[in-house]
Amino acid sequence: MLKLGVPSKGRLMEKTFAWFGDRGVTLRKSGDDRAYTGTVEGIDGVELVLLSAGEIPRELAAGRIQLGVTGSDLVHEKLPLWASQVCPLALMGFGGADLVIAVPQAWVDVDTLEDLDAAAAAFRGVHGHRLRIATKYHRLVREFLRENGVADYALVDSQGATEGTVQNGTAEAIADITSTGETLRANGLKILGDGLIHASQATLFRGRRGGWTDEQRDTLRRLEERLGV
Amino acid sequence: MSDLTASLAEAQRLRALFEAQGATPVDADILQPADLLLDLYGEDIRGRAYLTHDPIRGEMVMRPDFTVPVVQTHMDSGADPARYTYAGKVFRMQDGTGARPSEYVQVGFEVFDGTNPAEADATVFAAIAEALAGLPVTPATGDIGILKAAIGGLRTSEARKAALLRHIWRPGRFRSLLDRFGGRSAVPPSRAALLAEGDPLGAVDEVPGKRSRAEIADRIAALRADAATAPLAEEERELIDALLAVRETCPYALSALRDIAVDMPAVQGAVQGLARRLDALSDKGIDVDALPFEGSYGRTTLEYYDGFVFGFTASHAPEMPPVATGGRYDALTAQLGSGQAAPAVGGVIRPDLVLGLRGGV
Repeated sequence: MLKLGVPSKGRLMEKTFAWFGDRGVTLRKSGDDRAYTGTVEGIDGVELVLLSAGEIPRELAAGRIQLGVTGSDLVHEKLPLWASQVCPLALMGFGGADLVIAVPQAWVDVDTLEDLDAAAAAFRGVHGHRLRIATKYHRLVREFLRENGVADYALVDSQGATEGTVQNGTAEAIADITSTGETLRANGLKILGDGLIHASQATLFRGRRGGWTDEQRDTLRRLEERLGV
Repeated sequence: MSDLTASLAEAQRLRALFEAQGATPVDADILQPADLLLDLYGEDIRGRAYLTHDPIRGEMVMRPDFTVPVVQTHMDSGADPARYTYAGKVFRMQDGTGARPSEYVQVGFEVFDGTNPAEADATVFAAIAEALAGLPVTPATGDIGILKAAIGGLRTSEARKAALLRHIWRPGRFRSLLDRFGGRSAVPPSRAALLAEGDPLGAVDEVPGKRSRAEIADRIAALRADAATAPLAEEERELIDALLAVRETCPYALSALRDIAVDMPAVQGAVQGLARRLDALSDKGIDVDALPFEGSYGRTTLEYYDGFVFGFTASHAPEMPPVATGGRYDALTAQLGSGQAAPAVGGVIRPDLVLGLRGGV
């Protein structure tokens, strides 16, 4: 059996089902809507596994599922060696969201990373601690800021309602996912002109972990043909 | 014998060599308070540090190195001058393929002595070179102090010098700042628009968070002052480039740096310091004629080294982690001593890598 991991709820699940349906593979949640098992029609040898989108990268890397649909942001954040752990088979054209750096709109002097860096230096001098950036994407944000030569900041963990941390006084800036920027604006924040860290979208990945059977390899070939990827 | 047992035995041997140089053995807790270390070292080390939480002591970190606890031990002891040595594990997460160990033994030798920096630099380098004698290692040296002196002597505003000094260890940002200050890169449109406005903060009702309206106003004033500052002269930029490009054996490097110092008198003191260090190294039996010097060496390591810097890599595998590294970190001691500096230079050896090389000899 080839196990296909799909987000277990919400629009991401619905759009994934629709994407496969358009290509002649019907994915369906079984019976009870609250159940996390499902059925696959239109191809043999594929088993549907419904999972939290955030767990799919780990399950792919561990080889407990062979295929998975999740946001590329989650794969890049959670798998340090993602390029050697998973292989993208298809960009699915939905679930688009940008991981961006945003600062208060009131910071009229800060519109670029260079500005952020200078503001962070001055901030540390005045307040005696580093400028705090709230995020749950620690790895991606840290790598991005290092590559772009931003110093004197510290990441603070925020697993939700990140846009509110600035108003609440627990951070000075944020790095978070946004699709339209509306929530950011509603919270008095603006995106830095060069602050795009990662443009994410729902992606079908194949795990690179070895140990596949001939049958699994054959199933993947047939599935790729069917999906046209 | 297991690898760890062998490393620890080698560590004892190396530490004994440093004790023979008059160093007092010291130790440090594995769990260190995280706030101080992370504030000093920044996010680069946080990304690699093992953090844990203690219900009473707060956020703790497994020591990523011994430097900070040893400096604290020294500050508390009040002894001066002093020499210390230590051996123990340090912990750093590795992002790579898992081939590099995330915990390994370090043996260190630290000299606190402000009376003769050249002599102290040479003492540490020679002790480490001697400990590695006979192994197929290649030394590298540099001097962040010369670069700092060069920046300090630029004919430009203090704000620009401070910005460049701050980014010595981030070569990409350093380069873009040089381009910006030299008028070689276009002013970003957002900044041009801001500077064109009479009162950019006028329309702002409320400033959320800790960064205050006054701080924003200060930065706008700084940007206006910077826009009115003359571009950094092309000759000065070229001198900085020339300095960073020096890559010779020490005597040739010294002569190249002396040439640069003719046009850049601000580095004369630091270049004389290099000359004194080379004399001191020579007195200790180091073949300085064969010793390499790189003007940009040390710019990608931890940013607390601010003077002499050195490293030893395996000759056949220069891309692997260095077998030994070290340098001068006067500014770090000043930061930890709340302004009271204790000039210090030190270095560490990795016994596991020493053993690997010895096995391969």
